[in-house]
Amino acid sequence: MRTGASASGGEPTTQKNISHRGEPANPSAQALQQKFGGSIKRVEVIWGETVVYVDPSSVHDVIRWLKDDPSQRYDFLSDVTAVEYRDPEVPIEVVWHLRSLPFRQFLRVKSQLAKGKPLEIDSLYDIYRSADWLERECYDMFGIRFRGHPDLRRILMWESYREGFPLRKDFPLRGRFSRSEQLRQALAQNPEARYSMEELSIADAYAELPQEMRDRLSKGERTGE
Amino acid sequence: MGLSGPTERRTVSYAPESQEGWVATRLDFLVNWARANSLWPMPFGTACCAIEFMATAASDFDLARFGMERMSYSPRQADVLICAGRVPFKLAPIIRRIWQQMPQPKWCISMGACASTGGMFDNYAVVQGIDTIIPVDVYVPGCPPRPEGLLYGIRMLQEKVKNERAADKGTRDEMEPDPTSQLYIPPSVIDELGEPFGNSVNQTRSGL
Repeated sequence: MRTGASASGGEPTTQKNISHRGEPANPSAQALQQKFGGSIKRVEVIWGETVVYVDPSSVHDVIRWLKDDPSQRYDFLSDVTAVEYRDPEVPIEVVWHLRSLPFRQFLRVKSQLAKGKPLEIDSLYDIYRSADWLERECYDMFGIRFRGHPDLRRILMWESYREGFPLRKDFPLRGRFSRSEQLRQALAQNPEARYSMEELSIADAYAELPQEMRDRLSKGERTGE
Repeated sequence: MGLSGPTERRTVSYAPESQEGWVATRLDFLVNWARANSLWPMPFGTACCAIEFMATAASDFDLARFGMERMSYSPRQADVLICAGRVPFKLAPIIRRIWQQMPQPKWCISMGACASTGGMFDNYAVVQGIDTIIPVDVYVPGCPPRPEGLLYGIRMLQEKVKNERAADKGTRDEMEPDPTSQLYIPPSVIDELGEPFGNSVNQTRSGL
C-alpha cells in the first residue's frame, strides 16, 4: 500500500490518480498466501485497496493471525458488513475491514457464503471486541449467524421484529406486512421489557449499588413508569 | 391568514344564545392568552428538522419572543410536543408514551415532511406520519422547514389556543379511535385506498 510508513520516511500523503486495477497489492496479501495457501481464494486490488477472499472455514484463523503477527498487527476492526448481489447464483459476501494502526495499512477481507445453505460464519468477538455490535448489525440486516457470538440478537430493528432481514434482496422495500399491521406490531412492543436495568446501567456502577437494590433489580423489578 | 392578519380574532366572541356568560368568556380569554403566550415545547428531535428547530430557538429567530424560551425536556412539564424529524417504528411506542405523559392541556406540532407523512422514507422502518400514533394540531411542511415556517406554525397554534373554550370539553378528551364511529376508516381500507398511488419507487399509478 502506498501510504505505508516505510515508503519514504516523510509525512504520508494521500495519493491521487489511482487507477481502477493494477495498483500494487498490500504486502499482507502475499504474506497471507504464503502462510495459508489454499485458504486464500484470490486477491484483488480495486482502486488501490486490496481485497482478500478467504475460505469461510478459515476466516477466524486468518484474522487471528493478522491481528497477532508482529509483522501485520491489524489491531482495529473498523467494519463488519455483508453484500448480497441480485444474481441468485452469486454468493453472499461477508466483509471485514481491518486497519493496522502501527503500519498504516488497510485490508479488506471477504468471505463468500453460498445462498441456500445456512448463512453461518465464525464470530470474531474473541479477537476484536468491536465485532460485538458490528456482527449484531450484520445479523439484523442480512441474517448471517455468527458462531460464538455471545449475544447475537437484533440491534437496529426491535426485538419482536417479524419481517425478516431488511437488506436482503428478496425483502420488499416497504416490508412484508401492510402499514397498519406494521404500526400495530410496533405499538404493541414494550421497550421496557427488552432492556434490563443492568443493561442500562454501567456494569461497574451496578456492583456498587446496595445489596437490597441489586436484589430488586435482579428480580426484574421495573423502575420506570 | 397572514402573520399580521388575525388581530380581530384574538377575542373570544360572545354569542348571546350560548350558555356561557360574560364572565366565562372573559375568563376564557384570560386563560387562553396566558396559555398561548407561555407554551413550553417538548422538543422531540430525531433528524435534520431538529437542527432547524435549534436555529429557531437561537438568537436570530428567537423563539423566546413567543413565550417558548423554556425548552421542556421533561414531558411532565411540557405543553407542545414538537416532533422534528422522522420517526421509525422502533420509536413509535416511545413517542406515544411521551405524549401520554404530557399533562393536559397539550398540543402537538408535526414539523417537516417526514414527521407529517413519512416523507421520502416510504420504507419498512419509518412511520408514515406521526398522526397515525398521536393527534397532531399543526403540520409544518418543508424538508426541513425554514425557521420562519416553524414560527408560522407556532403562530397558527397560538391562534388555535386563543380560540379554545373551557366549556368545550371535547378538546381535552383523549380518545382511542372508535370503530363504531361513522368517521372511522379501518387501517386495512386506508391501505387499500393508498395502494394505487404508489410511491417514489413503485409508481403503480402510472401503470408502469
